[in-house]
Amino acid sequence: MIDTYSRTGDAADPPYLSPDYQSTRIRSPRQPLIVIPQTLSEITGPVYGHSDVKPDEADLTIGHVGEPLGERIIVKGRVLDERGRAVPNSLVEIWQCNAAGRYIHAVDQHPAPIDPNFTGAGRCVTDADGNYRFTTIKPGAYPWRNHVNAWRPAHIHLSLFGPSFLTRLVTQMYFPGDPLFPFDPIFNSVPDPKARERMICRFDLEATKPEWALGYTFDIVLRGRNATPMDPDHA
Amino acid sequence: MPERTPSQTVGPYLHIGLTQGRYGRTEIVGSTVADPALAGTHIRIEGRIVDGEGNAMPDAVVEIWQADSEGRYAHPADGRPLASNSFRGFGRCPTSEDGTFAFDTIKPGPAPGPGDSTQAPHINVGILARGVLKRLFTRLYFPGEPANAADAILALVPAARRDTLIARAQPGKPGTYRFDIRVQGGNETVFFEA
Repeated sequence: MIDTYSRTGDAADPPYLSPDYQSTRIRSPRQPLIVIPQTLSEITGPVYGHSDVKPDEADLTIGHVGEPLGERIIVKGRVLDERGRAVPNSLVEIWQCNAAGRYIHAVDQHPAPIDPNFTGAGRCVTDADGNYRFTTIKPGAYPWRNHVNAWRPAHIHLSLFGPSFLTRLVTQMYFPGDPLFPFDPIFNSVPDPKARERMICRFDLEATKPEWALGYTFDIVLRGRNATPMDPDHA
Repeated sequence: MPERTPSQTVGPYLHIGLTQGRYGRTEIVGSTVADPALAGTHIRIEGRIVDGEGNAMPDAVVEIWQADSEGRYAHPADGRPLASNSFRGFGRCPTSEDGTFAFDTIKPGPAPGPGDSTQAPHINVGILARGVLKRLFTRLYFPGEPANAADAILALVPAARRDTLIARAQPGKPGTYRFDIRVQGGNETVFFEA
């Protein structure tokens, strides 16, 4: 008997083929996925913890000669599973563009300024209650070449592991009220409007630090275990 | 109960977050999964990812998760003690301009499978990329492995497609296996959901 993970949340995810997001047309499988039982190979997964990261790696505004330009923000929240339980001691990696909408990456040719004081990479490990917290700069919107006049709404990329190979999640966190939402094929690749809302953080006055930084809260929900362990013969 | 956060693509700038070693940090997740001193048969996995038009995918990242040479996973749900604390079983490699990736690791042993069965040696493989909205999940098996015939997962794959999951020994390069991934189209790699 092994503890298996639920599939109740799969409907939240976008389909691989989402034609308005052009790249998916040649990068999505045409054959159906093959459903397999969950074995020890899937219910285990990489373990990274507090000894792997330094506390200052959660602050994207430090470590350079000067301070980055833009609106300083705090992004914090809890990592939970579908049963509402905390996901403790789990690695969270983030990346983003700068306040002008430019990534410090050779591929990004958007003619907006690079900020020499901003790399846009951060990481931390959740605490015993699943809490994480980053200090950063609010990212800008930027154009991309998916279609004529295509612009990405401001977002931060997040990479999470959770307790198994099956709980791995890479997502993007968006900001409330962005006027670009209706026009973004990546945001709208998620079919369910309620599920799309779960990618939008909320402004949080309590997380806001007076005279310092606006606060945003973003809880992240990973796959959870099934209520009762299933016999793997019938999983 | 809270509901799942949807998946989104890593986008083309994935390196900033997923290979932070290139951006002035310590690389905590890399393509070397096994130290040279680790017990087991040391192997190298090389491959290339192509899209539905046969073009290389230079903006993908491959992640592997595997058991040690005795088929034990470095995870509490396994529970069996490992021979070495240095083995974590996880690797990550971004693709190069030509879509290639490589891992230095050890050949995994047979891990427990469904029921009382034993799985053939295999490596679990995840692919994240621009244009891929949620992680693609596949498995790498080894050529000439008698246990493949009895593997419960391989048995679920139509016989004509099983070859996409079997790495190829490289002539003249002992211990090196080739594992190409075709995301779409002719001879498309088998992808799983679990």
